[in-house]
Amino acid sequence: MDAKQKALADLIAENPNTLRAAWMRELAIDVKRTNLMGEAELQGQCQEFLMRLEHAIRHGELEDIGAPSWTPVRDYLTEVSQRRANLGFSPADTATFVFSLKKPLFMYLQERSGNDSMLVEQIWQTTALLDRLGLYVMEVYQKSREEIIARQQDEMLELSTPVVKLWDGILALPLIGTLDSNRTQVVMETLLQRIVDTNSEVAIIDITGVPTVDTLVAQHLIKTVSAAKLMGVECVVSGIRPQIAQTIVHLGVGLGDIVTKGNLAGAFEYALRRVGMTTTPIRSES
Amino acid sequence: MIVTRHESLRIQDEDEIVKIRQQARRWAADLGFSLVDQTKMVTAASEIARNTVVYGGGGTVDIEMVQAGDRQGLRLSFVDAGPGISDVELALRDGYTTGSGLGLGLGGARRLVNDFEIDSRPGQGTRVVITRWK
Ligand SMILES: Nc1ncnc2c1ncn2[C@@H]1O[C@H](COP(=O)(O)OP(=O)(O)OP(=O)(O)O)[C@@H](O)[C@H]1O
Ligand SMILES: [Mg+2]
Repeated sequence: MDAKQKALADLIAENPNTLRAAWMRELAIDVKRTNLMGEAELQGQCQEFLMRLEHAIRHGELEDIGAPSWTPVRDYLTEVSQRRANLGFSPADTATFVFSLKKPLFMYLQERSGNDSMLVEQIWQTTALLDRLGLYVMEVYQKSREEIIARQQDEMLELSTPVVKLWDGILALPLIGTLDSNRTQVVMETLLQRIVDTNSEVAIIDITGVPTVDTLVAQHLIKTVSAAKLMGVECVVSGIRPQIAQTIVHLGVGLGDIVTKGNLAGAFEYALRRVGMTTTPIRSES
Repeated sequence: MIVTRHESLRIQDEDEIVKIRQQARRWAADLGFSLVDQTKMVTAASEIARNTVVYGGGGTVDIEMVQAGDRQGLRLSFVDAGPGISDVELALRDGYTTGSGLGLGLGGARRLVNDFEIDSRPGQGTRVVITRWK
């Protein structure tokens, strides 16, 4: 470790509290939405970060924050970023956590240094380091946001699989949109569960809104129909559009003895008959 | 044959298979494919893309609009560096699967397109090129 690097580590080690206080003052100015996090939590974050930063500067290379000696710092920044992503901080406010440490550090460096050329170099080193850490924070923050979005998508996925009861003993599952294997799995499980819950006899799976039926979707359909059959429930697949029908034939998928109907109305009529009902027009009274 | 439009996409997971389907559909529509032809090409793309992920361990696809004489077409080239296929004829056979699928993807895709090429050697990975002409 060179002398400048040691001086920087010493500076942090010797002034942890005043440095932290100055940093928190900067944060209060720079961060727009301070009400998202309590004072105590912020103080804890600053304190912990300074400790880990000091240790890494003392034992590692400033140029390579990917090195193992920087792992504690990176881990902590990851935690800080994820926390901020969850609390709804903006990316800029999240990165500011690191960048706003520059000013207090520089002020300390200036105060302490008698040697100007060393000071300039030190400032350069420090600013480059903080920029690297700041960018790291941005990266992790972005990832956390993406994870939140993915989780919300998963939640929506469950919401968007409505199994509706059309009649006593008749369920319908209108499928809309892209069926990837995750979603198909969820959809089919939901249907089977509802069959049990409602004690139904016929289930209609309507695929009018499904743009692509490939072997995987077909396999899921076939499996669901077979599983339902084992439970004593007949499935009807409706809404196979002409282009899908042609494609399925070329794929070589045999839908076997699965009952199919052109549209939901046809399937409903079929299902009513299966449960012992028929539809007749009301004779006009007038 | 000349390439008039080209794009490369990664195929690593389910989401990217969906993206490739969407892109194939968009390009097929841009070429003026009928709804039936669009659906056939998209479904074939879905099959090969899924094989690339499931068996090939992920790879890439080149989506190309091609022109040969006055014919226009959509060509998709899938490449992976996975274990490869030792017996391609067998893999193409309907119902043959080493996984838990129906074993219809490869053969089905071949029936859904106009040109189908497969080049695979054990340990070398797999390359599948499918083309549908307008
Ligand atoms: N890119 C690949 N790399 C290695 N092996 C492959 C690749 N693509 C296909 N295979 C092999 O060929 C077999 C047949 O593939 P095919 O797509 O026809 O069926 P499947 O994927 O097993 O089931 P399905 O496509 O019907 O869901 C696979 O089970 C696999 O062993
Ligand atoms: Mg397959």
